[in-house]
Amino acid sequence: MQSINLPSILTPDAGLLFWMLLAFLVVFFFVAKFGFPVIIKMVEERKNYIDEALGKAREANEKLADIQLESERMLNETRNQQAEILKQAKQSGENIIQQAREKAQNESAAMMQEAKKQIEAEKENALREIRQTVADLSVIIAEKVVRQHLADQTSQQQLIEKLLDESLKEN
Amino acid sequence: MKLNILTHSLRIIVLGLLLCFFPSQGRCSEAAQEEGGIDVKEIVLGHLSDAYEWHICSVNGHHVSIPLPVIVQNHDGEWFFFSSSEFHKSGDNTFGAFFLNQEQNGKIYEKLPDGTVERPLDLSITKDVVQIWIVVVLMLCIFLSTAKWYKKKTPDTPAPNGFVGLVEMFVMSILDDLIKPSVGEKHYRKYAPFLLTAFFFIFITNLLGLIPIFPGGANITGNINITFFLAICTFLLINLFGNKEYWKEIFWPPVPTWLKVPVPMMPVIELFGIFTKPFALMVRLFANMMAGHAIILSITCIIFITFQMGIGIGAPMTLASLVMMIFMNALELLVAFIQAYVFTMLSAVFIGLAHPEHHE
Repeated sequence: MQSINLPSILTPDAGLLFWMLLAFLVVFFFVAKFGFPVIIKMVEERKNYIDEALGKAREANEKLADIQLESERMLNETRNQQAEILKQAKQSGENIIQQAREKAQNESAAMMQEAKKQIEAEKENALREIRQTVADLSVIIAEKVVRQHLADQTSQQQLIEKLLDESLKEN
Repeated sequence: MKLNILTHSLRIIVLGLLLCFFPSQGRCSEAAQEEGGIDVKEIVLGHLSDAYEWHICSVNGHHVSIPLPVIVQNHDGEWFFFSSSEFHKSGDNTFGAFFLNQEQNGKIYEKLPDGTVERPLDLSITKDVVQIWIVVVLMLCIFLSTAKWYKKKTPDTPAPNGFVGLVEMFVMSILDDLIKPSVGEKHYRKYAPFLLTAFFFIFITNLLGLIPIFPGGANITGNINITFFLAICTFLLINLFGNKEYWKEIFWPPVPTWLKVPVPMMPVIELFGIFTKPFALMVRLFANMMAGHAIILSITCIIFITFQMGIGIGAPMTLASLVMMIFMNALELLVAFIQAYVFTMLSAVFIGLAHPEHHE
């Protein structure tokens, strides 16, 4: 073996191997325990975080779109309702006016009726009273006529007229 | 052996280039070599090899280098701990019974009292070991400081910027684009720490290997010991955690029965495959990184070889070498990543293959 005399870079060397083993184990121990896993773990966590954030953003976007649709829908609905309400209000306003008018007409008609009736009644009352008065007067006149002794026809007639005037004046 | 062939072929390539560009000067380069001016093989191998000291530069033949601690156990089981500069103090590269055996790549050998020479147990902190620890410290700094950022942070904090962001992006791209599809969605979590560690270890080592001065420059992944270790790790992961289906496919593969009994041809091939997979990993990384370094070093050597032949040829060749060096370094930068990527990918694929889904 030794007779071949390889260059040293091709010759096995226990010392170099020993130190290489030691050095590599040292660096492997520290780097594999405190170096790479820390880096890899953080990068993976960051990756997950970003994925999650993207997912959340997408969700939020979808929600936002939903909300927009919803609000639009609500707005439309409200508008319709508003129109409906306005229409109803107009309708009911008209109704009320109509009713009021009818009522007023009815009432005025009723009042006219009443007034007519009252006038009729008053008229009747007045007629009745006149009749009564006339009757009373007639009686009174008759009495006076009867009480006085009337000489002639003319004086009789004069008396009646005088009495009639008096009674009319009295009334 | 392989390396010898490679460096020889490199020398032929270099010579071929010289012959192409300057046919009349071809003979001179041979002559220069024979004069022993510059031994390219020695320089290249010297730079690729492990060493007991960290060589920085040579000034007028005087070497400036950082001495590193030597830890050896002698024949009697005694431990010795001393600086590698002790070897140079003696003048003949000896320290007590130990000496640098130039015939054995300059490794420390022990001269026993009976005159025989023996390799002691050598746990020295060599240049490569220092480089490995520099990589370890760098990795710990990078990843633990990054991990620190995540403390007290919740998932809803924005992704980090700057350095932490870069590391995170890098780690996650290797994990998501390489490990997850190769191992499979189901099991990749368990193996991710090892594969990531292996990837970044190889990648940072490769990158540091391209820096020519102190904090880098050692040829780590171009050393068979290192790639052997990494391949063994993958081998253990494949075979220790392989599921029942995996072993069934090795010993009773779904092939015509006459291929399995009486001569267990396919099982033998499959069994062989258990070892060839990590072996291929080991050799691929080693050869690629070593070759890259060797080519850059060889191209650098062209400058010195050609200048020995004269300034007339040296100056244009320096320019050519410079251009090629820049190209090679850029290429090696790419290769540094690709080889780390390929090693991790193949490891991940092999691990994934050890978890076959039960299919009817």
